[in-house]
Amino acid sequence: MADKLTITAMHAALAAKQTSAQALLAAANARIEAKDGKLQAFLTLNPQAQAQAEAVDQAGDFSQPLAGVPVAVKDNIVTKGLTTTAASKILEHFEPIYDATVVEKLNAAGAVTVGKVNLDEFAMGSSTENSAFKVTKNAWDDSRVPGGSSGGSAAAVAAGEVPVALGTDTGGSIRQPAAFNGVIGIKPTYGRVSRWGVIAFASSLDQVGVLSRTVTDAALTLNVIAGHDDKDATTSPEPVPDFTAKIGKSIAGMKIALPAEYLGEGVDPQVAARIQAAADQFRALGATVETVSLPHTKYAVPAYYIIASSEASSNLQRFDGIRYGFRAQDVKNLTDVYVRSRSEGFGPEVKRRIMLGTFSLSAGFYDAYFKKAAQVRTLITRDFEKVFEDYDLIMGPTTPTVAFKIGDKVTDPLTMYMNDILTIPVNLAGLPAASIPAGFVSDMPVGLQLIGKPFEETTIFQAADAFEAANDYLAQLPGGAE
Amino acid sequence: MNFETTIGLEVHVELKTKSKMYSPTPVSYGAAPNTQTNVIDWGFPGVLPSINKGAYSYGIMVALALHADITRDTHFDRKNYFYPDNPKAYQITQSETPLATNGYIEIEVDGKKKRIGIHELHVEEDAGKNQHEDDGYSYVDLNRQGTPLIEIVSEPDIASPEEAYQYLEQLRQIVQFTGASDVKMEEGSMRVDTNLSVAPIGSAKYGTKTEIKNLNSFVHVRDGLAYEQKRQAQLLMAGGTVRQETRRWDVDKKETILMRVKEGADDYRYFPEPDLPPVHVSQAWIDEVAATLPEPPARRRARYVDDWKIPAYDAGVLTNTLEMSDFFEATVAEGADPKLASNWLMGEVSGYLNAEHAELKDVALTPAHLAEMIKLIADGTISSKIAKKVFKEIIVNDTDPKAWVEAKGMVQLSDPAKLTPIIDAVLDANQQSIDDFHSGKDRAVGFLVGKIMQETHGKANPKVVNQILMSELSKR
Repeated sequence: MADKLTITAMHAALAAKQTSAQALLAAANARIEAKDGKLQAFLTLNPQAQAQAEAVDQAGDFSQPLAGVPVAVKDNIVTKGLTTTAASKILEHFEPIYDATVVEKLNAAGAVTVGKVNLDEFAMGSSTENSAFKVTKNAWDDSRVPGGSSGGSAAAVAAGEVPVALGTDTGGSIRQPAAFNGVIGIKPTYGRVSRWGVIAFASSLDQVGVLSRTVTDAALTLNVIAGHDDKDATTSPEPVPDFTAKIGKSIAGMKIALPAEYLGEGVDPQVAARIQAAADQFRALGATVETVSLPHTKYAVPAYYIIASSEASSNLQRFDGIRYGFRAQDVKNLTDVYVRSRSEGFGPEVKRRIMLGTFSLSAGFYDAYFKKAAQVRTLITRDFEKVFEDYDLIMGPTTPTVAFKIGDKVTDPLTMYMNDILTIPVNLAGLPAASIPAGFVSDMPVGLQLIGKPFEETTIFQAADAFEAANDYLAQLPGGAE
Repeated sequence: MNFETTIGLEVHVELKTKSKMYSPTPVSYGAAPNTQTNVIDWGFPGVLPSINKGAYSYGIMVALALHADITRDTHFDRKNYFYPDNPKAYQITQSETPLATNGYIEIEVDGKKKRIGIHELHVEEDAGKNQHEDDGYSYVDLNRQGTPLIEIVSEPDIASPEEAYQYLEQLRQIVQFTGASDVKMEEGSMRVDTNLSVAPIGSAKYGTKTEIKNLNSFVHVRDGLAYEQKRQAQLLMAGGTVRQETRRWDVDKKETILMRVKEGADDYRYFPEPDLPPVHVSQAWIDEVAATLPEPPARRRARYVDDWKIPAYDAGVLTNTLEMSDFFEATVAEGADPKLASNWLMGEVSGYLNAEHAELKDVALTPAHLAEMIKLIADGTISSKIAKKVFKEIIVNDTDPKAWVEAKGMVQLSDPAKLTPIIDAVLDANQQSIDDFHSGKDRAVGFLVGKIMQETHGKANPKVVNQILMSELSKR
């Protein structure tokens, strides 16, 4: 039975006048009402959603695919007049006075923002357990984490609360939760989507992307949010193609690389077996899959944690209790305002990274840490460039394991960090990559990661769609048959 | 023991752009607090900077005027520190790859020319302002936040407070003539931080330096440095040691006062700004800026001396400010004799401006009106006595001098056809004076001129009167 909880299905029903934006919103709210008590994906429901849906219905123009479709937005993306917290106590009641560019674009496309979804505080984490407000559950097993940091986005989409959600990905924060929840997650090329209005974690790595239930839905949503933005100097002038252009086209002759390092030490053999099976499926579809090497992969995690934490230590300095957000009470002087507001406002993982970053940038340590990490970053980028001289795509697992249990890793940061080893190199190189469902291990979804050349998201979508069509993982998603 | 002094100057210059360095907010002064701000200036969550290319071009212009080498591939860096007037808690500046390096300024002290090296120039953003009010609260005004600045750092070539003074004078003049900044110490568009150390002559190492802040005129810089030079030398001679400290200049007490002792360098944790892509400064960009670079003051001075025969001292005074120099040239362009224009500007005009504490832009005088007045004097239409009245009018009102003297009946009577009958009538009535003249009494001429002036109500052109009178007298 076809999944009704997709953009494509909703758009068809709207265009055929079988439903309305208001009816779709009401249905989404009903599903959230029914499921979110357990799932805990949403932080804030949008009080303006009803008015938005009414306006879309009144305009009656459903020519654009997202018109009238309910969406969820990760809560580190600012929404005008709608509380935006980054899941941090320091921004608990923060009401932005402007919209992020991606939110403006969703609004212009007629999408209805249902609400804001949970994340690890300031997008720092791989389990959404670092949220100051709630622990989101995995849509398949509520004893397990949904991944992170876009855990709320992934769980809400996988559980069928909304067909699509925006996420952000700094070191795997879209792809890893997509993998853990068995949905599609696309992190576009760095510079493809505007970061204006995205509460910065690590500016040189952050990128907005999409979590959805089908490959086509991800491409349709990326069509809406991508493009150069004068307000973000790091966006690319590269023209934006129709990301659905190659969907449905044969992948016969496509050359796919499978790095040996991505199936090596630390990767669950059962997960590796699913990826080998996926490679066989690609071969059956006419592609070639060959083993290659990305020799600097093992240095990616330490380099990433130095670069990301260094940038974060600077980006998060603005949360000082002076202009907005949380300010400690009964302070004695200026230093007290700073120290106490930040000590009381930030959670432990954020503090850990601020300390790590501050240390890495300190006089006397900069060369040994930040500078060295930047050099490693160049080597990792060159590894990819070399492989892409001969191949169209790189494939591998998105994560070394399936979703782990809540509480399992949160006290052991290093093990938690290693969970990102397969997604982090992509951010360091600024490449586009997606995670798509590739079967199950112990009844939990496995993610297949597809990495593309810069600005060649269309090739990722082409292969992802071919793989999706050859399987029936979508039909197994929770809520799909409703 | 004899000491040698080493002085370093860090000068911040505000660039005269329409909008801020990294945000589209307009730059304007005197507006109500926090009205000239947007989300970027407030460091709101999610905002990003964009480079003001015009500001960068101004930076290139100043660098070219200071003979510096433009850095072709550059990026911005973050300087991290917490302060309420610094909303992002970092300043976007250039640390690793400054705008330009290796420039110089030529100064002259006691007739000797000396070249002072400029280590580097970099572009950065200004901070806001903290205000501590009597109600016990401190307020933050972010209007100034993000205003484009260039910082100009000298090489340790300055050896005396007088050299520092001359360096600042030259720097101010050169920058002002580019049009990139108003460079006014009193308005804060030019700010100077100094450091000074002394060491025994021939010493291989520099002495420990002290910094002086709160210097709001070049004279204070010179006085503060002179005081500090003496203080350090006396301290060393008495067997003491100089501490690395920041001091401020107390204008009333005429001494430097300790603000804080510095222990080690501040750690600003500089790193490349990830929100801004690197900037490549192409040869075409440099050429484009160079093509619009205005004539520097030294070249103007040479032109005044060579082309217009203006004395070197006067040329120096006229080029002290861009405003005066431009006004002078415009007056000459309107047809005024250069020497007369120079005399008026350095004399009456400067005298008036000094007395009124005003600048040329504050008065009604225009180059066209000044030139016209000078022409009226030159062609005898008005006397120099009348000219002073005309000047008083045109400096306060936008009045056309020619129309005004005509309307007021102040035009001199110079027409011989009109003057001759008047002179003849006076002569006819004063035979005694004619006789006195012929018997050699010169005083008679003065008496007759006085009578003629009386008849013409003082409007007769004395030069013409004299000519006609002498000729008529010789006929009688």
